[in-house]
Amino acid sequence: MEKFTKLTGIAAPLPLANIDTDKVIPARFLKTIKRSGLGVHLFDALRYDKDGNERPDFVLNQEPYRKAEILITHENFGCGSSREHAPWALLDFGIRCIIAPDFADIFHSNSLKNGVLPVRLSRAVCDQLIDDAKLGGNARITVDLERQVVVRPNGEEIPFKVDPFSRHLLLNGLDDIGQTLQHGKALDSYEVKRHAEQPWQPTIAAV
Amino acid sequence: MSEMKPRTLFDKVWDSHVVKTLDDGTSILFIDRHLVHEVTSPQAFEGLRLAGRPVRRPDLTIAVADHNIPTMDRAKGIKEEDSRIQVETLEANVKAFGVPYIPMLDERQGIVHIIGPELGISLPGQTLVCGDSHTSTHGALGALAFGIGTSEVEHVLATQTLLQKPMKNMRVDVTGGLPFGTSAKDVVLAIIGKIGTAGGNGHIIEYTGDMIRGLDMAGRMTVSNMTIEAGARAGMIAPDETTFEYVKGRPYAPKGAAWDQAVSYWRSLPTDPGAHFDTSVFLTATDIAPMVTWGTNPEAVVPVTGLVPNPADIEDEGIRAQRQRMLEYMGLTPGQKMTDLKVDVVFIGSCTNGRIEDLRAAAAVAKGRKVAAGVRALVVPGSGLVKLQAEREGIAQILIESGFEWREPCCSMCLGMNPDKISAGQRCASTSNRNFEGRQGIGGRTHLVSPSMAAAAAVMGHFADVRELG
Ligand code: SF4
Repeated sequence: MEKFTKLTGIAAPLPLANIDTDKVIPARFLKTIKRSGLGVHLFDALRYDKDGNERPDFVLNQEPYRKAEILITHENFGCGSSREHAPWALLDFGIRCIIAPDFADIFHSNSLKNGVLPVRLSRAVCDQLIDDAKLGGNARITVDLERQVVVRPNGEEIPFKVDPFSRHLLLNGLDDIGQTLQHGKALDSYEVKRHAEQPWQPTIAAV
Repeated sequence: MSEMKPRTLFDKVWDSHVVKTLDDGTSILFIDRHLVHEVTSPQAFEGLRLAGRPVRRPDLTIAVADHNIPTMDRAKGIKEEDSRIQVETLEANVKAFGVPYIPMLDERQGIVHIIGPELGISLPGQTLVCGDSHTSTHGALGALAFGIGTSEVEHVLATQTLLQKPMKNMRVDVTGGLPFGTSAKDVVLAIIGKIGTAGGNGHIIEYTGDMIRGLDMAGRMTVSNMTIEAGARAGMIAPDETTFEYVKGRPYAPKGAAWDQAVSYWRSLPTDPGAHFDTSVFLTATDIAPMVTWGTNPEAVVPVTGLVPNPADIEDEGIRAQRQRMLEYMGLTPGQKMTDLKVDVVFIGSCTNGRIEDLRAAAAVAKGRKVAAGVRALVVPGSGLVKLQAEREGIAQILIESGFEWREPCCSMCLGMNPDKISAGQRCASTSNRNFEGRQGIGGRTHLVSPSMAAAAAVMGHFADVRELG
């Protein structure tokens, strides 16, 4: 996973609630065996008309938001399907941080594991940042994970919180499987104990 | 340990699976069952390969292809190239990593959330995960079951654990008998209508109350299946005699002395009196009517006797705008009667309502009636075993004679990854779980209903109150 320390960039305003992962990336684009290349399909139905032409009124089809690295949106972003293709598509487009009042649980966890930082801020603050973002290219927003602050274009700092474990992994670009495997002994003894206590637990024999 | 404080079903299953708790409160949680399918696993196996890691517990893992496969002419293979590559990739991966696999042409093949319980793979008290949000289904057995992303699939493959923070406990209690003409689907739609699509975020839901206890396992699975539509990753129902009777004798369930030990353990799982719930919601089933969604998320739901609501009545500007967009997408005007809406397509199936009980309910309505002219109606059983049973019971024959198409088991039109799609502007009565924009095909309009309501819409050609059909 790519490190996330501090990001200063263009933020795209997307003031919609309940953006589901089918909207982020429709199912027909999930027939891939790779993680890359999904950026062109990000927000497909919002971004393109039925003939595949860009809809000029959609924010990511406008300058300077084509180069947005931050997305600011409303409640319950990423609800629905567990598809990790959603953060892959965001990442492939170039978005490294999403700011919203709250996120759906699975999407939140999927994003963290791909170096896309979900930042929870109140609805009022999100609306303020959306107004900032609407100012376009001259109004860059900074997201500083080290200090856990979002810096508005006017310099005002807004604190946010990320759980310490995820923050540690993000700041150092660490793979969490490697972290877990460091606890291999605990895992071995858990398996032994579990088998001793519940020998009746069946396994799945190869078919 | 000294006196334990009263615990919920979730607390008990959680506690017994904690391998270790790290300093910041994240736990390494042991996983008893990992179900794998073709869409969310290729990148996970690729990750293992790149890191040179094996699958730690192939004996606790099972794979099946379900999302992306055809419902007709299966013996001829998969026509669409990208779908075929995805299934072939799964087959190569299970072989290389030694993971048990149910092939497409095996009679036990089916939607992963149907076959887990059906084969006795999913059991009470287990932790069970799958790279699919409707993994919540298996919670009906009293398991802690939830959907994970592909990175987590890789984590489970490599370590048989997940890194998790404990979730909060929410109780949804439903009392009273299920009124005539309604089913578990109407109950869960009513629950989502009440708590909203984000109402369960950060929680697991335990369903309690005499109405839930009175449901058979199929109904319980329909309810826990849609838990994710209320934002909660997992929904659980305490195991009881209904559960044990369902599990007993299934191919992978414990047998003989092991069965007795299992049951005595499972009896210790239900929530202790006085255990703490962070949130509680109470509903009375007697108020529930057959439901139909009108919008593009499952909370946008009304009774079939209701009208398309008017967004102008909503105060919050964001929600008003969203509801307005829903109406436009769905091609509806406020005040329209739901029963005036004509349907073009009817889909009966999915992990929500693709079990034998669901097909029986549909057949009971369809019997002696014909699918209305101009309506395309599809029945896709949830598994090969469900299909065989329906054929043995004569249910398939009833549906076919009524004019329904009878297909091979898979996800099919629930998400339109295979050739079964609806086209732009078409209106579909669907027994699936998501009515998101474009879910069943680009521009398609999905209304979620129960199996008997779907059958009623098929024979009437428009949404109809199944209670009036007799
Ligand atoms: S039937 Fe639908 S909801 Fe269920 S697993 Fe398949 S695609 Fe997902």
